[in-house]
Amino acid sequence: MIQKQRGGGDARALDSATTPPDGRPMAEQPKWRRDFPIDWAQDEYVSRRELVKFMVLTSAAFTAGQFWILFESVFRRPAAAAPGVAIATVDELPIGGAKTFTYPEGSTPRLLVRTGAASFVAYDQQCTHLLCPVVPAVELGRLHCPCHNGWFDLETGRPVAGPPQRPLPRVLLDVRGGSVFATGVEESTT
Amino acid sequence: MIRRPRMVRSQRMTIVNAMLVFVALIVILQLWLLTATMNAYLGGDTGTVVPAALGSLACLALNAGLLWYLFDLDS
Repeated sequence: MIQKQRGGGDARALDSATTPPDGRPMAEQPKWRRDFPIDWAQDEYVSRRELVKFMVLTSAAFTAGQFWILFESVFRRPAAAAPGVAIATVDELPIGGAKTFTYPEGSTPRLLVRTGAASFVAYDQQCTHLLCPVVPAVELGRLHCPCHNGWFDLETGRPVAGPPQRPLPRVLLDVRGGSVFATGVEESTT
Repeated sequence: MIRRPRMVRSQRMTIVNAMLVFVALIVILQLWLLTATMNAYLGGDTGTVVPAALGSLACLALNAGLLWYLFDLDS
């Protein structure tokens, strides 16, 4: 209808494609169609044209979303570093032993594993697949998620088998004075 | 100046249908790009954010160009 108003009689003369859907002449059409003769081809043309406009608007919205992510990544304030917290004593855990803790306070459970005489590793205990708790399999050098048989490397936290695709977030540790301190969390999980 | 002959409605209809397919494909690509970028960003990987934003902007420019052609077709 917009085209009709803009184009006037010239456009109608060029575009003589207006016919009822069944192709019969207008005189044979029912009264309601004669009273309201929709320009079918024009109607289809305008509806598709309007759909293209709407989809371009959607495209603009997606681009705005991308730039919002970019804005967030550039101007995001880094989380304040939590102070070091003593989470265990060295003597508390035997080699191969494990302990759960929270760091910072109120976080999701973390898992501390003693892998050697003076070596410890700590990760988020939630599997990066569907958040089941992982359990250490120190003899295999891995962490195991029993829910869907996911496996992570004990030294790096990277997934080695099963459904998980992302590594476990790692808790940074500092061993001094016979105690194990948590000093930070590696946010990157890729 | 050579004036382009005005196309009849059936020709314009074909062009609009083709444009609709192109624009739909590009929008689907942008949707995938947005979800993939969001997934990577929330996972802590910010390396993909800038290229993805530029890629999405290029897609928008392509869509805007097609829309401009559509307006040109109608005028």
